[in-house]
Amino acid sequence: MTSFSDSPAAAHRHLLGIEGLSAHDITTLMDLAEGEISLSRQVEKKKATLKGRTLINLFFEASTRTQSSFEIAGKRLGADVMNMSVASSSVKKGETLIDTAITLNAMRPDLLVVRHHAAGAVHLLAQRVDCSVINAGDGAHEHPTQALLDALTIRRAKGRVGGLRIAICGDILHSRVARSNILCLQALGAEVRVVAPTTLLPSGIERFGVQVFTNMRAGLEGCDIVMMLRLQRERMAGSFVPSVPEYFRYFGLDEEKLAFAKPDALVMHPGPMNRGVEIDSAIADGPQSLIRDQVEMGVAVRMAVLQALARHLPNQ
Amino acid sequence: MKPGSDRKDALNTYPPGPPLYIRGARLIDPDSGRDETGDCLIENGIISAVGKDCAVGRLPPGTQIIEAKGQVLAPGLIDMRVFIGEPGFEHRETLRSAGRAAAAGGVTTIVMMPDTDPVIDEPALVDFVLRRARDTSPVRVVPMAALTKGLKGQEMTEIGLLTWAGAAAFTSGRTSLTNAQVMRRTLAYARDFDALVVHHVEDPHLVGEGVMNEGEMASRLGLQGIPLEAETIPLERDLRLVALTGGRYHAALLSTAASFDVMRAAKRQGLPVSCGVAIANLTLNESDIGGYRTFFKLAPPLRTETDRQACVAALADGTIDVIVSNHDPQHVETKRYPFAEAENGAIGLETLLAASLRLYHAGDCSLVTLLRALSTTPADLLGLPQGRLAIGAPGDVILIDIDEPYVYDEAMIVSRSKNSCFERARFQGKVKLTVVAGAVVHS
Repeated sequence: MTSFSDSPAAAHRHLLGIEGLSAHDITTLMDLAEGEISLSRQVEKKKATLKGRTLINLFFEASTRTQSSFEIAGKRLGADVMNMSVASSSVKKGETLIDTAITLNAMRPDLLVVRHHAAGAVHLLAQRVDCSVINAGDGAHEHPTQALLDALTIRRAKGRVGGLRIAICGDILHSRVARSNILCLQALGAEVRVVAPTTLLPSGIERFGVQVFTNMRAGLEGCDIVMMLRLQRERMAGSFVPSVPEYFRYFGLDEEKLAFAKPDALVMHPGPMNRGVEIDSAIADGPQSLIRDQVEMGVAVRMAVLQALARHLPNQ
Repeated sequence: MKPGSDRKDALNTYPPGPPLYIRGARLIDPDSGRDETGDCLIENGIISAVGKDCAVGRLPPGTQIIEAKGQVLAPGLIDMRVFIGEPGFEHRETLRSAGRAAAAGGVTTIVMMPDTDPVIDEPALVDFVLRRARDTSPVRVVPMAALTKGLKGQEMTEIGLLTWAGAAAFTSGRTSLTNAQVMRRTLAYARDFDALVVHHVEDPHLVGEGVMNEGEMASRLGLQGIPLEAETIPLERDLRLVALTGGRYHAALLSTAASFDVMRAAKRQGLPVSCGVAIANLTLNESDIGGYRTFFKLAPPLRTETDRQACVAALADGTIDVIVSNHDPQHVETKRYPFAEAENGAIGLETLLAASLRLYHAGDCSLVTLLRALSTTPADLLGLPQGRLAIGAPGDVILIDIDEPYVYDEAMIVSRSKNSCFERARFQGKVKLTVVAGAVVHS
């Protein structure tokens, strides 16, 4: 197992997923991120760690928060950041994925942040470039920086991750956030549950070592953290769930259901939220919500990841 | 109408080679069960003598003699599921390039699928393929015709006229027939001509967005899964329609333990049914997909190791009738996509025998069982005279060194497309000689 800490010779070249990271790798990145939080809170927010480095944000799928989070992280570290949004309509067949990779590679970037709508696309791209690649979400596969920022948010709020009971609720089937979080939180020793109607659960999910609930009240029983996932409105058309009102009634997070969790339970959401679909506005903005902290930790975690990977870039 | 009585004899149009005498080989003939050391004489494209010292003292002048001590002489393979890009997709594969790949792999008869552009759904196109193959391919090519016009699943094709023109069977190709009424009528009508209906059982709605076997592995990769039921549901429907109509039916590719149970029960009932398995499903499983390797994206998908073992067991107990390569050439650039967006399919003509021999070397089944599923049974299902080492049979034979080890390197690939599941695979067993109608087409 290679490592994010220790010697440069044993370094990870890319961050493609939580899979393949050890608990030690994860905590190393979280510790590194912890140190970046104060930088973002002061007036002078810039460091020169990545001075002279080029960071390209390559987004094949629209994203506001992840893209801007990586952009700010890169800029605060002094890198030159370029954003490339490839409209998904023009990449129907992914052909431009390889072409774009080859083209961008020739421009010699140091770090490439990639989001793509197809699982495995970032792996494919990473095989074709010489720089470090960071997966900013590939289909329903992984979104490692989201999991890291969630873990960091939890650790800061609760003092630990290990031993906590955490429920991930909603569209697990289509969620890369769920997959990365299950792997990450389990690596850190948390007890992870998933809560969703069966139509939104991936086949074989129990083999991930999670407890599976199809009843929200039972699933939230005694939880320290309730993590909600976004439900795409297209899911109604695909016969996954019948309607928004029905979904909200049985799987949306409201006061009544949250009461089944521990009294000091905290609520998270990777965003963007569908208020009134998977989460009640009062909860999202309420005292138990960690949602704004998650966004702040996102910048810190991405700074940590960029620096950790850049440490092993060639210097000549 | 008597089956095949008015069928064009398309098979003997291959120019016969000079007399050929193969001496001292281990003769394996799945048809008669023969497994002994002996010789084989081929004259005018036809086997004229076979057995121990069968032609001593009566070799015709000019006979080419091949010493084959220690090698296996078997009927040439008949591959019942081969996609070729001609006409329409010649950049993937032509009849010539497929024929050369087949010769290298010991396949002497290619049964070609009708999924071309245009679709092979009328007699003139069957005729085109037969003539074009005769002129360009070193091995025999027998087309299957489309079961429905344009493979659209609506209107039946001219089963009588297509049979007369030389179509070996009728198939839905890569697609699955969802309309049960159309399936019922085509099975019933095909029965009157004793035509074989070959169906790819894969319910497109249950496949949905699925791109690999449903289960933990797909869930971990973040890929949508294809449930087993996508195969078993249309299979069970078809078998009930066979019971209703009496039509001869062949499930092109089965891949799950549940499907074999269904097929076993149908055979026990005495229904006129048979089935095939792709060599990939016999020798690989879903773990081979590893890090999104698109050459392993196949239809039916690679299943679990339990299902693979069920395939092996079904081959050994005779539930599986034929092994096919499911040769499906794809241009490299249709495969270099993210997994979900890549095309299905892999080439396999060249590796069909070598990959099958893995089962023999692993002790999973006998050589005779393998060779029967690769030659005699496909011939019997399609009413072809080849596929046996018998006097009067076409001189389509292969010599195999069943122990020779080699690595299947990309540079060795003869096919025009390079999308092989077995790239850099270690094999044991090599085709040393391929003979079609007595003419050596590969050595």
